[in-house]
Amino acid sequence: MLGITRYGVYIPKYRLGRDVVAKAWGRQFLSGERAVANYDEDSLTMATEAALNCLQGIDPKSVDGLIFASTTSPYLEKQASTLVATAADLTEEIFTADQLSSIRAGTAALKSALDAVKGGSARNILVAAGDSRRGEPGSDSEQLFGDGAAAVMVGDTGVAANIEGIYSLSEEFMDAWRKSDDIFLQKGDAAFVQAYGYARIVKNCVAGILKKYEMKISDISRFIFSAPDRRCYSRVVKSLNLPPGSFMEDPLLTTVGDTGTAAPLMLLVAALEKATPGERLLLCSYGAGNSDAFLFQVTPEVERLRDKRGVAGYQASKKPMTNYEKFLKFQNTLPNEPLAPYSSWALLWKEKKQNLQLYGTRCKKCGTFAYPRRRVCQKCNAKDEYEDAKLPRRGKIYTFAKDHLFPSPDPPTVMAVVDMDGGGRFYGQLTDCDPAQVKIGMPVELTFRRFHQGEGFYNYFWKLRPLE
Amino acid sequence: MSIKDRVAIIGVGTTKFGENFEMTYQDMALEAVYEAYKDAGLETKDMDAAWLGTLSPGLTGLEGDAGASLAEPLNFYPRPVTRVSAYCCSGMEAVRNAAFGVASGEYKIVLAVGVEKMREVPPRGSLVARHIHETHPVISKGRTAPGIFAPIATRYFYEYGYSKETLAKVAVKNHYNGSLNPKAHFRSPITEETVLKAPMVVDPLGLFDCCPTTDGAAATILTTPEIAKDLKKDYVLIKGMGLAVTYGYFSMAFQEDNDFLGFKSTREAAAMAYRQAGIQDPRKEIDIAEVHDCFTITELVNYEDLGFCGRGEGGRLISDGVTALSGELPVNTSGGLKSCGHPVGATGVRMVADVVTQMRGRSGKRQVKKADIGLTHTLGGPGSIACVFVLGRP
Repeated sequence: MLGITRYGVYIPKYRLGRDVVAKAWGRQFLSGERAVANYDEDSLTMATEAALNCLQGIDPKSVDGLIFASTTSPYLEKQASTLVATAADLTEEIFTADQLSSIRAGTAALKSALDAVKGGSARNILVAAGDSRRGEPGSDSEQLFGDGAAAVMVGDTGVAANIEGIYSLSEEFMDAWRKSDDIFLQKGDAAFVQAYGYARIVKNCVAGILKKYEMKISDISRFIFSAPDRRCYSRVVKSLNLPPGSFMEDPLLTTVGDTGTAAPLMLLVAALEKATPGERLLLCSYGAGNSDAFLFQVTPEVERLRDKRGVAGYQASKKPMTNYEKFLKFQNTLPNEPLAPYSSWALLWKEKKQNLQLYGTRCKKCGTFAYPRRRVCQKCNAKDEYEDAKLPRRGKIYTFAKDHLFPSPDPPTVMAVVDMDGGGRFYGQLTDCDPAQVKIGMPVELTFRRFHQGEGFYNYFWKLRPLE
Repeated sequence: MSIKDRVAIIGVGTTKFGENFEMTYQDMALEAVYEAYKDAGLETKDMDAAWLGTLSPGLTGLEGDAGASLAEPLNFYPRPVTRVSAYCCSGMEAVRNAAFGVASGEYKIVLAVGVEKMREVPPRGSLVARHIHETHPVISKGRTAPGIFAPIATRYFYEYGYSKETLAKVAVKNHYNGSLNPKAHFRSPITEETVLKAPMVVDPLGLFDCCPTTDGAAATILTTPEIAKDLKKDYVLIKGMGLAVTYGYFSMAFQEDNDFLGFKSTREAAAMAYRQAGIQDPRKEIDIAEVHDCFTITELVNYEDLGFCGRGEGGRLISDGVTALSGELPVNTSGGLKSCGHPVGATGVRMVADVVTQMRGRSGKRQVKKADIGLTHTLGGPGSIACVFVLGRP
């Protein structure tokens, strides 16, 4: 068998009501709300979170490769997958790659991963897609887009969704684009795009895969399509004449928004969360003329993945964002006080085990744990006699303070001292929190975030967030 | 051999502490030293060496980066001048090393000077900026100076049931003392209400829980007790000196044995100084103390770490008026860092000057009745270094 063996998603905490955006611009609004990445999140950090969720319970060193997919990679030149793989604590003897510049890159990565495992060049490959697209203030895109990430592990053992077929279409088509110096997405004529773009190509791709594998609409239990908006989605559903119950009424558009590259994988995860063994799924993605379709059959292994915090879990732990100006700050559309403190690529390279992978040291003589790392044991003074030991990710707040001096788009900066469950202590910034609710004893968890642009590059590290 | 009674302080001087926009770094060094010269009846030709405490030369170019910054205004050439840096203990550390220079027999009369120029840049450009823009790129990133001490207040309140009202009493006391000190930065008494209504800086610390950003310099002249006697000067003896380094700069908050209820560094430094001075019951034996009140909470935990009261009793000590100017053990009769301001390198030297002045009975309106045994204390960095002196009348 070959297919999806594990999955994980990540949806940021904040939800912006579309009425809040509409009110700011005095225009009609679309229904529902959209997920908003915190100011310290980007496609890379969200993909890391989804990857960590996907890897929960297995040894990350057993992963053979990682493909990161996004249209909003933090760098135009500098691979993001390497950092995702490092933060997720994969080994360095693996293949990593980025799939960029199309919102269909997530399924392109999925296809590459399936091909690689099938071809025998890897036992398994982790695909992590994240997007955080900025819509121009006042535009529909601003309301339609949503931020989020999804990760799936492709492998040939413990397969929960067995791949039965793949089909792709690639047609040169201009409906949405962003030139390398554009900040916001540009869109073609709405009537033309609706008639000839998404709806036509997705319909053709679905028809194509069914024809290729000699199947009928009625052979499919669930159709999973990512879509830019509900109108386009309905158009496809109607044109294919899909029977009720075989497709999602709302492909997360009114609750999360269009998460771009992450959307098809997130919707696949949402379907797997509900699917029963034996069901056949048809996943179809779309991005500017390109479309990938996949046929999966769900196996009994899907039950094994049930307890994971998936789409439903993230939906339940959301926090409303009622301030449009704060949203603009978080998106960096309104300029933030630039933060580019001292940094050093040489220092961070030396310290990556400590800073990115959270390894402290444990003295081989007396067992004393230290984070940050120490060469001389703080208890017995043994020199260079230590082994790597990971700082636990969860703990409880010992003490804290709310700092109004430290520059932040979301002041005050809450700094917390945390006793980790199982030993060790961490001191750092608390994020995704309501400062008024922070208390001594509060359970928190480490989360990978973007800190600043010291020395001209993005500096990433771990913060703490309240545990639900 | 103990340092006790082997070094005498024979002259002290301080500039006005405040926003000294009209004075350069070198002007301040000069003023403080010449006041000390006048006090001791000596001049540059009588000096053998000098120590200069400065934390942050970066704030004013290269001033304070080396001993040359002190030698130049004094025309001190070619004598040795050593620049000392130990966070907020820099001033006391200059005095401590100068004392060793005398005690070793190498030098007869030496200068120990502390200078800091912080107001050539906006307050947010000084120490705040250092914490934000310098330091480790990610470890402890987000920490500011008040951010080091605010989590101690949070834990202190949680553990012992105190509140911001208790902290406010420290600010009120030190502002009152400062109002009597012509050289203090802040010279207006304040009420608890003012403290409690002030905007938050790092919650739970508000504006009046924090010391200001200040310029200033202070100087002391040290020699042997024999020379001090010959000069027929009113001198004070060093009875004990302790300096303890207990944690690193970035990692301190990660240490599991750090209870955020006080500072191990202060306890260790006090133990050293008390042992040398023969102090067994600090509350009873010490008559007057200048302690590091960079923030109001710091003064409370200092009481406990210095053994003026038991753990958790600092809040009661201030509430009972024990440390007030008229109290049983007056603390920060100068107004402390809270009112004098905290030009980092100068602070420790200024404390020594203030305690010496009290011991000589020259403190004017804030003179205490009995000042035979005095203490000075500074706390550096995130509390990872502390310095404690015990001084006494001959």
